[in-house]
Amino acid sequence: MKQIRNFSIIAHIDHGKSTLADRLIQYANLVDARQFRDQILDNMDIERERGITIKSQTVNLPYKSKKGDEFELNLIDTPGHVDFSYEVSRALASCEGVLLLVDASQGVEAQTLANLYAAMEHNLVIIPVINKIDLPSADIDRVKDEIEHELGLDAETALLCSAKEGTGIEDIFEAIVGRIPPPKGDIEKPLAALIFDAHYDSFRGTIVSCRVFDGRVRPGDTIRLMAMETSYKVEEVGCFRLKMEPKKELSAGEVGYLIAGIKTVSDTRIGDTITLDTKPASKPLAGFKEVKPVVFSSIYPIASDDYLSLSEALEKYKLNDAALVYQKDSSAALGQGFRCGFLGLLHLEIVQERLEREFDQSIIMTSPSVQYRFFLTDGRIVTVDNPAYYPDPTEIKKAEEPYIRASIMIPERYVGAVMKLCMERRGVNSRLNYPTAGRVEITFDMPLAEVIFDFYDRLKSITQGYGSFDYEIIDYRESDLVKLDILVNGERVDALSMIVHRERSRERAVKACDSLKEEIPRQQFKIAIQGAIGGKIISRSTITPYRKDVTAKCYGGDITRKRKLLEKQKKGKKRMRVVGSVEIPQSAFMAVLKTDTE
Amino acid sequence: MDPPGLYVHIPFCKTKCPYCDFYSITKLSLLDAWLEALSKEAAMYRHAFGVFDSLYLGGGTPSILDNRQMEKLIKTIRQYFTITQDAEVTIEINPDDITAEKLQCWRACGINRISVGVQSFNNDELVFLKRRHSATDAKRSIELVVSAGFENFGIDLMFGLPGQTEEILMRNLQNALIFEPKHLSCYQLTLEERTPYGRLKAEGRLVPPGENKEKRFFVLTSDYLKSKGFIHYEISNFAKTVQYESRHNKKYWQHTQYLGLGPAAHSFKDNRRWWNHRSVERYCKEIAKEKKPVDGFETLSDEQLRLERLFLGFRTKYGVAVDDVKDSPSFEQTLSRLKRKRILKVYGNRIIPTIKGFLIADKLPQMFF
Repeated sequence: MKQIRNFSIIAHIDHGKSTLADRLIQYANLVDARQFRDQILDNMDIERERGITIKSQTVNLPYKSKKGDEFELNLIDTPGHVDFSYEVSRALASCEGVLLLVDASQGVEAQTLANLYAAMEHNLVIIPVINKIDLPSADIDRVKDEIEHELGLDAETALLCSAKEGTGIEDIFEAIVGRIPPPKGDIEKPLAALIFDAHYDSFRGTIVSCRVFDGRVRPGDTIRLMAMETSYKVEEVGCFRLKMEPKKELSAGEVGYLIAGIKTVSDTRIGDTITLDTKPASKPLAGFKEVKPVVFSSIYPIASDDYLSLSEALEKYKLNDAALVYQKDSSAALGQGFRCGFLGLLHLEIVQERLEREFDQSIIMTSPSVQYRFFLTDGRIVTVDNPAYYPDPTEIKKAEEPYIRASIMIPERYVGAVMKLCMERRGVNSRLNYPTAGRVEITFDMPLAEVIFDFYDRLKSITQGYGSFDYEIIDYRESDLVKLDILVNGERVDALSMIVHRERSRERAVKACDSLKEEIPRQQFKIAIQGAIGGKIISRSTITPYRKDVTAKCYGGDITRKRKLLEKQKKGKKRMRVVGSVEIPQSAFMAVLKTDTE
Repeated sequence: MDPPGLYVHIPFCKTKCPYCDFYSITKLSLLDAWLEALSKEAAMYRHAFGVFDSLYLGGGTPSILDNRQMEKLIKTIRQYFTITQDAEVTIEINPDDITAEKLQCWRACGINRISVGVQSFNNDELVFLKRRHSATDAKRSIELVVSAGFENFGIDLMFGLPGQTEEILMRNLQNALIFEPKHLSCYQLTLEERTPYGRLKAEGRLVPPGENKEKRFFVLTSDYLKSKGFIHYEISNFAKTVQYESRHNKKYWQHTQYLGLGPAAHSFKDNRRWWNHRSVERYCKEIAKEKKPVDGFETLSDEQLRLERLFLGFRTKYGVAVDDVKDSPSFEQTLSRLKRKRILKVYGNRIIPTIKGFLIADKLPQMFF
């Protein structure tokens, strides 16, 4: 056990976590240069494109120290987004130390702080690493100052590296083996292993990533998942070295995988404890909790006869994502679909993209909603996450919506703009904190509904990328809510309805009408788009009909080009929904979600 | 299967018109090299097609060829290909190229159909289009065509020029009809992106008349010519009687096979389409290497062929076969709606666009996806 080191890299998005992970893998000679693909750990398309890690992965790295000692390092990768903070916390619980990566030009950001606090909660050894020192804009002294004052860490211990150029990598390895303690644990005690990740493999079933704290587990053992109260026979254990490498056993201190005929990821819970059926641990490892969805949206197939195919796709997708919850839903405009719950907006977007890309589904998602509480005159309290179930307004005594505490870190010059944005988003109870000169941490209490749309995008744009954001849900507060309906040629499109705060309703209605006007193609007749609350129209836009649409010339050389255009249209048509007699493209449903376009 | 058509692209112009996006160059010194290469290309395809019943010399400016070059071109074609006795043999000409000698040569070559690129009888418009002829030149050249004994000739006109009025349009049409052409092509000026005028439009310095006016011009043209006995048989084409409809162009619109020779020319046979390199230099170079100067090709699936039949069909008075659309979702509803709106009519097993249908012909196929 002395030669094992379990660690994780924590960083703000874009601070180079994946690049550093790649360098460590390369340094450990797990792959030769020819095979080496950049950012090996992020192997989903979406992850590559967005540069973020969604599902964490683990890799076992052999390392021979300068002194000549052989080590086994387990790098436990963590998701880099607030939606997945519980997964992060379980990954950190599996480590003894972390590399805290800070961008040499960006400095410390809100998420860095949030991640640091998470690491501190688990009493981990923290090694600050300043990355991207090769950048011309790198300001190492300033970043060291921030590490000292904002993070309260000893900047003297910070390592310097450029993951991109591969400098400083050996120092990092030495610090990992020198400063992070070996794992503790008792191999003789009953098995207690923490599940920090699980993914689905169509041949092997669920592959559980775990950290063994006590005891040992071998193929043939019957294990018990303590929270799920289920038992399985272990088929294989091993460690990840880009590929899975089977081992005879996993024992206290080790990190690896376990295959035990568990059918789906949903049959496991992140944070659950694995023990042995015959000799169970006296109590589960601390920190288990069920994650609950906070953002809700309905998914419909673009063509209603694709409902079954979507149903199958969701079922398959769910094999690999325990956090997604869904149930049947139906809409007058869109037919049969599913109401889904997500951990956050990013999670929603990931599900959407993966359904489209990996499962080849053409889908429409409705406006995301939070869970509202309505107190009715008859004394009932109803929870509503779907505008379709908005209660009769005359029966509503009181409404409540979930609030978050947002923590935003910015350079001082953006304070005005960010305050304005937060006030617009109904932020209250603001507090300013100046951790170091020139940097401000603003906290606000804000309705969750105000951040699930495009708050983060807006923040990024008004702070030119320097703003960082983190949040936690705090409580429910009373609110004045109304249901905003969108009418297309007089017909209410239920899939476009949303529950909004009364003060924000007009603005939202105007923007919805404007973006629909942009997205709905002109048709042979005039199309009126209206926003309405109850029977009252509060916004309106009109799409004029087309009068002439025909190209003048079509000879031998024009035919291929024209056909290709038609093929594109045909594909686009598959992504249209007809409401009344108006063809509404998928993009229009999406555009309404993004309300701020300026 | 209808006999194939033969197209020859003559990619040369004395000057480039700023709206035109057909491939042509002004480096006339390449003309003889091109002619040489063309003869070799013809040899490469000598057995590929059957007997042709149409030959179309397009451009570019085919009338730019002098008589020696024209005779050589026609001789080459007749050497490698069989063309029926009654074939339609068309040449596109520029009014300022026309001389009695050339006309005589063309007749001798077997050319029996002439398409005169007048574009407008309004001098201001001709200046805007940067044509090399005036209205008077245009009229004189048409008279020469008529007096040389070409009974089957047509006039090309444009409409929808910036600032055009209904009066100018009507006067253009009236001027054309004075000469009793058998055929009229009336093209709406389209400012294609890759042309100088297209760029002006993108910069906002050239503003087309707009949809409403363009619609009026289109309907006005159609109504007027129909009142004068013409058949509006394709979006931009009118013929005095059925036999004056362009046999060659109909091959493009009806998926009849055709062979295109010369740079940028397209060919179609069975379910394959291929096209030549655009650049004259590249074209000649490939042929010099004994290679077909083919730049690309595609093999069309049944569905692709069907899509093409849809958009091509809706551009002509022959319309689309019911069989090609009847399996589309809510076909009956769509058809009855479009019939009710007088956009389409049904004759037997064909669905035919009306003038209202022509106006939105680009939108019609997608209603039957």
